Amino acid sequence: MTQPLIFDIKRYAINDGPGIRITIFFKGCPLTCAWCHNPESQSPKVQKLYTPSKCIGSQDCIEICPENALTLTPQGIVTNSDKCNLCGLCADACPTKAIEMSGKFYKPEELIDIIQKEKVHIKQSNGGVTFSGGEPLMFSEFLIQMLKECGKQGLHRAVDTSGFASTETLLEVAKHTDLFLYDLKMMDPVQHKKWTGVDNRLILKNLKILNEFGANVNIRIPFIKNVNTGLEEVTKMAEFISQLNLKRRDLEIASPVLLNILPYHNIAVNKYQKLGSDYKDFEMTEPTEKEQKMAISVFKKFGLELEIGG
Amino acid sequence: MTITDINTVRTPERKAGAEGNFYSTKKTHLPGMNKRIQQLRKESVDTQESLSIERALITTQFYKENEGKYSAPMMRALNFMEICKQKTIYIGDDELIVGERGPYPKSVPTFPELTCHSVEDFHVLNSREQQRYTIPQKDIDTYEQEVIPYWKGRTMRERIFNHVPETWKAAYHAGVFTEFMEQRAPGHTTLDGKIYRKGMLDFKKEIDDQIRQLDFLNDPDATEKLEELQAMLISCDAAVVFAERHAELAEKIAEKENNNQRKKELRQIAEVCRRVPANAPRNLWEAIQMYWFVHLGTITELNGWDAMNPGHFDQHLTPFYEKEILNETITREEAKELISCFWIKVNNHPAPPKVGITARESGTYNDFTNINLGGLKPDGSDGVSEVSYIMLEIIEELHILQPGNSVHISQKTPDKFLTAATKVIRQGHGYPSVFNPDIYVQELTNQGKSLKDAYEGGCSGCIEVGAFGKEAYILTGYLNVPKIVELTLNNGIDPLTGKKAGIETGNPLDFKNFEELYLAFLKQLDYIVDLKIRVSNYIDKMFAKYAPAPFLSVVIEDCISKGKDYYNGGPRYNTNYIQCTGLGTVTDSFSVIKKHVFEEGTFSMETLLSAVSKNFEGEEVLRQRILNRTPFFGNDDDYADEIALRVYNDLYKAIDGKPNIKGETFHLNMLSTTCHVYFGLVLGATPNGRFAGKSISDGTSPSHGCDTHGPTNVIRSLGKLDQIKSGGTLLNLRFVPSLLKREKDVEKLGHLIRSYFTLGGHHIQFNVVDTATLLAAQACPEDYKDLLVRMAGYSDYFNDMNADLQQEVIDRTENEVI
Repeated sequence: MTQPLIFDIKRYAINDGPGIRITIFFKGCPLTCAWCHNPESQSPKVQKLYTPSKCIGSQDCIEICPENALTLTPQGIVTNSDKCNLCGLCADACPTKAIEMSGKFYKPEELIDIIQKEKVHIKQSNGGVTFSGGEPLMFSEFLIQMLKECGKQGLHRAVDTSGFASTETLLEVAKHTDLFLYDLKMMDPVQHKKWTGVDNRLILKNLKILNEFGANVNIRIPFIKNVNTGLEEVTKMAEFISQLNLKRRDLEIASPVLLNILPYHNIAVNKYQKLGSDYKDFEMTEPTEKEQKMAISVFKKFGLELEIGG
Repeated sequence: MTITDINTVRTPERKAGAEGNFYSTKKTHLPGMNKRIQQLRKESVDTQESLSIERALITTQFYKENEGKYSAPMMRALNFMEICKQKTIYIGDDELIVGERGPYPKSVPTFPELTCHSVEDFHVLNSREQQRYTIPQKDIDTYEQEVIPYWKGRTMRERIFNHVPETWKAAYHAGVFTEFMEQRAPGHTTLDGKIYRKGMLDFKKEIDDQIRQLDFLNDPDATEKLEELQAMLISCDAAVVFAERHAELAEKIAEKENNNQRKKELRQIAEVCRRVPANAPRNLWEAIQMYWFVHLGTITELNGWDAMNPGHFDQHLTPFYEKEILNETITREEAKELISCFWIKVNNHPAPPKVGITARESGTYNDFTNINLGGLKPDGSDGVSEVSYIMLEIIEELHILQPGNSVHISQKTPDKFLTAATKVIRQGHGYPSVFNPDIYVQELTNQGKSLKDAYEGGCSGCIEVGAFGKEAYILTGYLNVPKIVELTLNNGIDPLTGKKAGIETGNPLDFKNFEELYLAFLKQLDYIVDLKIRVSNYIDKMFAKYAPAPFLSVVIEDCISKGKDYYNGGPRYNTNYIQCTGLGTVTDSFSVIKKHVFEEGTFSMETLLSAVSKNFEGEEVLRQRILNRTPFFGNDDDYADEIALRVYNDLYKAIDGKPNIKGETFHLNMLSTTCHVYFGLVLGATPNGRFAGKSISDGTSPSHGCDTHGPTNVIRSLGKLDQIKSGGTLLNLRFVPSLLKREKDVEKLGHLIRSYFTLGGHHIQFNVVDTATLLAAQACPEDYKDLLVRMAGYSDYFNDMNADLQQEVIDRTENEVI
């Protein structure tokens, strides 16, 4: 079984499905979306994050590094990635958490313990647990084990996915999932490949099959100006979704909205800096209010209600 | 500083309004349901706070002429009568509910018999930047000639300070604790429903009956009881005289009034004032005016802490409202207008300003009237009614500083009411705060109250609970628990002055393990608590002897039947609270020492104490290690939470059950109001990485910025404390508006509250603001004059807070979830 690294655990998650939830973020994703808000979610490996503004120059990290991979420069600590073996001693030694390691292994029972602690809030709000990423379906065996265990505990389970996985895996996961938060980015396969690194035909096919399978699906569209906010693109998405004939199947859970658009914002720039990577942000900007209104009205024409925001 | 017309507020730089923040940029009209309410509110908000010397002059004159002629209760009652007969009566344009403590709105009397302001005090109050109270020079001159000379050496404050032991003074001046009663009288009084069923004439009958039953042969206290009961009779008459003078004035104005509608209203006011408080009210208008006269009576008689509280006001008004709606003698709108008038009346009454150090301890205009909404009825059933919703609407519409308000959410409370309340919370006015009756009923029964009296209880002022209408629950002062840790780490010496403020409990460098340190802390704690109680009991005795409150005693259960004053054990229950502050700071400091010094040897005690004594100068690496590598309270981390639980339980042990002068006992309270800021100023750096002078943690909240795992973890940490043991805990959570954007987000806030209460939480309150708004407010205060912030049990205008308090609000952890 491939054990996923977890890069974040978010409590009082109120945008990842119904009620108050705890969201577990798996590290690793087959897509490389240009707008990704969590760039550290893409690599399935441990990564080092460095926040120069937190660094007070204690040099504890330099002293402790067995590989002599670190040097202090006027710009802060610089890591020689050829020497660094990601052992994490520098992060442990850093007094300010300017260096942090992203990605940690948890045993399934450890994660279950963490989830259970939130039960009082989950019960009160008809909330649950959400597995997100990254792409949780990359670690389907582990994911299914977690889903089964959460099911035994009577917890509502949501899986946040790009849909880019084998159909077989997806359907296996669906047997143990109460709600899918399914990302839909755009309809044009060429554009999709350009922006996310992968073709979208599998994603679209999987969405259809998942819906026919009888799963609860909440489609979420990241809405990014200069990427997918044009009238033509929006119309195509609306048409596709309307043909799916989505159904609200789970009436027990308070209002799982079927369709959300998530307006892009560029808060992630800071995260790219921490990873030491460039942000390929030359075209993408926040959608205007006018574009959001346009989307609402186009979807309405196809008989679809949508909600802005998670 | 005047709080001016909100219409003049310019558009803020950022569109906070768009984020569900309260700072609406689209204010096209004044707040309030109609013209009358808008105008009354505007006047109330615009009027500058001022001081009136009228009461002081009447009181001084009366005491000069009558000193030594009467018993203490009779002196107090006759003086109260004299004020009611002589004071200026005010009826404002378009008012429906009438009566002011001073000669006009926001004019505050002084109480020289308790503490006499000096000429210098007046100059300070007249000119200080914040919380200014104006007073004309000629009044200062009169005060200097007429009032000050007489009271020199006779005030309660001087009597108290003349008699306290040196050890107490040493601790007091070091800021180890405060003393509530050095400037104001014991208060924290909340009424039950009796004044809606009985008028002053009915009370007089009860008092007369009691006098007739006095057994002068066999009861050695009979004469004292007679004096107290006669004083109560006079007080009842005084309240009636006060009301009738309003009736006369209303009739006089009505005669000259040209507007027929207003003429009718004035005659109605006269009729109401002739009816109440002499008799029980018959309708909603009379019921509200009844309470208001009783309120004014108690805050005129003496200057009690937490002014006066109507308690479950919605429940008290509901029978009148329902009857009138049924009979079609009133509409919902008319009822709302009357209640709005009352709301504004309370806002007209800022707290009397204090002198000296307490201005720093609790600097605010707020006089802590707290209206309880919802909750449980005396029979234990759900107390929410249409009146509760009307009051929520008023709170949202008027957004004024006073009265404070709280919603009480039991398992029986409908979700609809909780959602309505959380929608008001979202507006970011800083209220309502949220209480859990299912827990505080247990707190009260644990203290020995009957279940019925406990069901009728609730909170007054900030977060302290009592049995309404039947209890004197005296807050005696705050305890600076982090300062006690500091004394322990300095063997009883206050490092800021080098003077001894505690006892010798050993050189901290000799402690071999955490237990030895902790036991030394417990010794200091016991010493300080006993010192505090000794003087509190002495002060209680002084008030019982020299400053009884016969009018207040009339309306609190069992004072009449016992023939005893409110301050002398007259009420059915008599509680003293000591309010412990800084649980987060203490826990985190102990966590640092336990983990880094004694368990992991990250650094030695000597290194730590040396860094602390240098205020971490040149020790930033050590300080950062402390901040980032220590389990802190508020993260659902058992390591820290177990320390918090232990400290909490030991505070309980140190305080609970110690005797007061009334044959009852002291109890633990975890309130801080704004005292954590003052306590921080008198405290050096602490082992948890906190710099000297920075505020300590408030109430039972985590240290600022140390709750890094979100609100659910904070709640679970707090849930580990057995809150039933206290008479109130306090949790502040700051929410940015973006967390409360949508309808369902607001519902989730309700779920968060319910889950905290499931875990045994007593109280929770929310600051819905964002840092950008606060920074903008600091940079450009005049544009944010109506920025209300909730802090530690009360709401205040951000602009009226001093820089320390403002910084404190900004520093709090934002529960931003991106």
